[in-house]
Order: sequence, then C-alpha cells, then structure tokens
Amino acid sequence: MIDIVIDITLLAFLAITSVAIVRMTNLFAIVMLFGIFSLLSAGLFVVMDAPDVAFTEAAVGAGISTVLMLATLALVKRPQKPYYGEAPQSHRAWLPLIVVAVTGSALVYGTWDIPGFGAPDAPAQSHVARYYIENTMQETGVPNIVTAVLASYRGFDTLGEVTVIFTAAVAVLLLIGGKRSKPAVKTNKKGEQDEA
Amino acid sequence: MRPDLILHVIAKFVIPLIILYALYVQFHGDFGPGGGFQAGVIFSAAFILYSLVFGLDTAEKIIPSHWLRILAALGVVIYAGVGVASLLLGGNYLDYTLLGSNQIAGQHLGILLVELGVGITVAAAMLILFFAFAGRGRD
Amino acid sequence: MEFFIGHYNYWIVIILMMVGLYTVISRGNLVKKIIGLNIFQVSVFFLYISLGTVKGGAAPIITEGVKVYSNPLPHVLILTAIVVGVATTALALALVVRIKESYGTIEEDEIHNLDHSL
Repeated sequence: MIDIVIDITLLAFLAITSVAIVRMTNLFAIVMLFGIFSLLSAGLFVVMDAPDVAFTEAAVGAGISTVLMLATLALVKRPQKPYYGEAPQSHRAWLPLIVVAVTGSALVYGTWDIPGFGAPDAPAQSHVARYYIENTMQETGVPNIVTAVLASYRGFDTLGEVTVIFTAAVAVLLLIGGKRSKPAVKTNKKGEQDEA
Repeated sequence: MRPDLILHVIAKFVIPLIILYALYVQFHGDFGPGGGFQAGVIFSAAFILYSLVFGLDTAEKIIPSHWLRILAALGVVIYAGVGVASLLLGGNYLDYTLLGSNQIAGQHLGILLVELGVGITVAAAMLILFFAFAGRGRD
Repeated sequence: MEFFIGHYNYWIVIILMMVGLYTVISRGNLVKKIIGLNIFQVSVFFLYISLGTVKGGAAPIITEGVKVYSNPLPHVLILTAIVVGVATTALALALVVRIKESYGTIEEDEIHNLDHSL
C-alpha cells in the first residue's frame, strides 16, 4: 500500500515539475528543474522495483546531462541581459495545444485496454520474462537477472548500444572537438563576456 | 585564505570514494544492482567533479584526451573481441559457454569481460563529451 | 478506485508525453526543444517500467525465499536507453552550439529570418 502512495505522490510531483519546465522562460532555471525531474524519476524507478535503472538515471540524468546542459548554456548565452532568457513567443499557442489535446485523448482512450498497473497475469509477464526469471540461475549462474539478460541473452543488442555511444562521442568530437574557427556572424558587442 | 579551500579538501576526500564505488558497481554487478553502464557513468562523474573543482587543464593532464579516444574504441573492441573469441573456439558469436571449462564458468567470464568493455567505453565517451563542451568555452 | 490506481501511471505517462510534445512543437528556443524531447523520452521510460512491474514483486535479483520478481526485460531495455539517450542529447547540444556559433542565436524564428534575409 505504502509504495502505491509514494508512487502516486512522486508521479504527481513529476507532472508538476514538467509543467513548471514548460512555463519557465529562464533557461538556467529550466536546466536545474530538469535535474530535479531526473532525480524524482530515479526515486520512482526504485519504487517500481528497478534499482539498476534508478542507478543509471540518478547518475546520468541528474549528473552528467545537467552538467552538459549547463556547459551548453555557457556557450550559447546572449551577449546582454537576460543571459539565459528565452525569446518571447510570437506564435499563437492554440494550434499546438489542439494537436496535443487530440493526441493525448487518443492515448488515454488506448489505456482502457491495458491491464492494470502491477497485474501479474499481464501478457508482458508471460513470455520471455518468465523464461529469464526461471532459467537465468541454471544457465549463467548470475543472480542479477538484469545483468545476465543485458550481457548474455541480449548481447547483440548491448553491442549495438555501446557502438551508438561510441559513435555519438565521435560525432560530438567532430562537431565541437577542435579549436573554434572564426565566427561567421559577428556577435553584437564584445562587452560583458564573463558571468559564466 | 583561498575561497575554494573547503571545496578542494572535500573533493580530494570524495573523489577516491566515488572511483572506489564505481569499481564496486562494475565488478559486483553480477550479484547486486550495477554493471558496466552505471559504473562507467559514475567513474566519469568522479573526473568531471575533479575538473570542475581543480580546472580543466589539470584534469586533462591526468587523462589526456588522446587516451580517452583510444579507451572509447578499446571498450568496443573488447566487447566485439569476446564475440570473435567465442567464434574461434567453435561457438556462435557472443556465445560465452565455450570460454570456460563449463557453462557457468564460461558465462561468468564472458559477462565480466563484456561488462568491462561497456564500462570502459561509457566512461571514456562521457568524459569525451564533457571535455568537448567544456573545452569549447575557452579560446 | 481500483481502476484509477491501475491506470494512474499510464495517465501520468501520457501527461508527461504531451508536455514534452507541446514543448517541442510550440517553443522556438532550441535548448528548450531538447529539454522537451528529454521529457518525452523519460515518459517512455516510465511506460516501459510501469508495464514491467508486478504487484508484490521484488527487484529482479535472485534471492532465496523470494518467489515473485518484476519483469527484468524492460529494465534492460531502459537501462541502455538512458545512457544512449544522454549520448544523443549531447550530440543535439553540440549541433546547437554550432548553430549559435554560425548564426549568433538559438531562437528558431531569428535563424529563419537570417536565412531568408541573406
């Protein structure tokens, strides 16, 4: 019972944080809120029995990606105040709102057929998942099923993922790894440079 | 007194602990929560903390960026190499059973090596990303 | 009440998804668009993990005396997706940095105007 209460509270916090992220215009505050968003997600993953995922989300979402976004903000800040402000919106907001509302209600209609949260007889629980849980210990001798599936049963998948990470690192190096060339467009003034 | 003295002392105390924890997560991942992905990220977080506190140039002296590029490739090579090794031993690609004397031992060794490769690539790739973004800011 | 608890997770997932989608299509700032994409991504993570949870189950690490485990498969998929997600986010941010360097702005409208005034 208590984990259902924690689950509901944390998910409500998440929804509130995400709405706050949309409504804010200061990019610095948005990035910090996104760090909080990731930390809340990590807590929720623990409640949903996924400690491995929570681990990763806490280290990646709240740590690395916040640092990377802050580094980006330092590079893309405006020359004058507000340094991290978002430009005011010139478009009308109703068209995106309608698109989002229609898509959202279609998705909510779709949830009627999903088996309830935590149902032990859901189709997702009955095929390979049962095989992994019953046979991992005999076949690999590794108690952590997630590690066994990651490295052994689905080794090809993980090899692909590692290659994607390697490729992304190479691509980032190609884009911004070297020394900066001369700026094509002159930025307005050379003043007010610090404040990083 | 330097204004960042407390930061320096705390960082010197915390960073070894983070690295030790990353190694624990890496090699204890078979039995508890953890594995190569988490360990790599935690390991790189230790060095990112170091370079935030002591400066980018000091951090690049400890891990030169050409090393990082080699390490990022090395992890993928270790992973793919385990697959090639199992091919050469007469099994299927990434079938670890033939690596050890029996199935359990082979799977254990294979999973350990593969996770090591994942950890090395993830740690190096995250540091490459951080150094690329942070290094762009100084002219 | 049973129905509400059983579907609450999915509804919040949909709310997060729509908030992310709205941010991507309605905001012109490129960094904010990337954050919207990330919110969308996290909502998909929650969908997967919610589908894998079993009532009264334990984390999928085999322990003596535990009979019911949560589904390990979504955990594996999402675990790798998170790390791949940060790598691709970094790639997107790198592109934003290059756009800023060549256009001097990261607002979509201003970039559009610059392209057409040349």
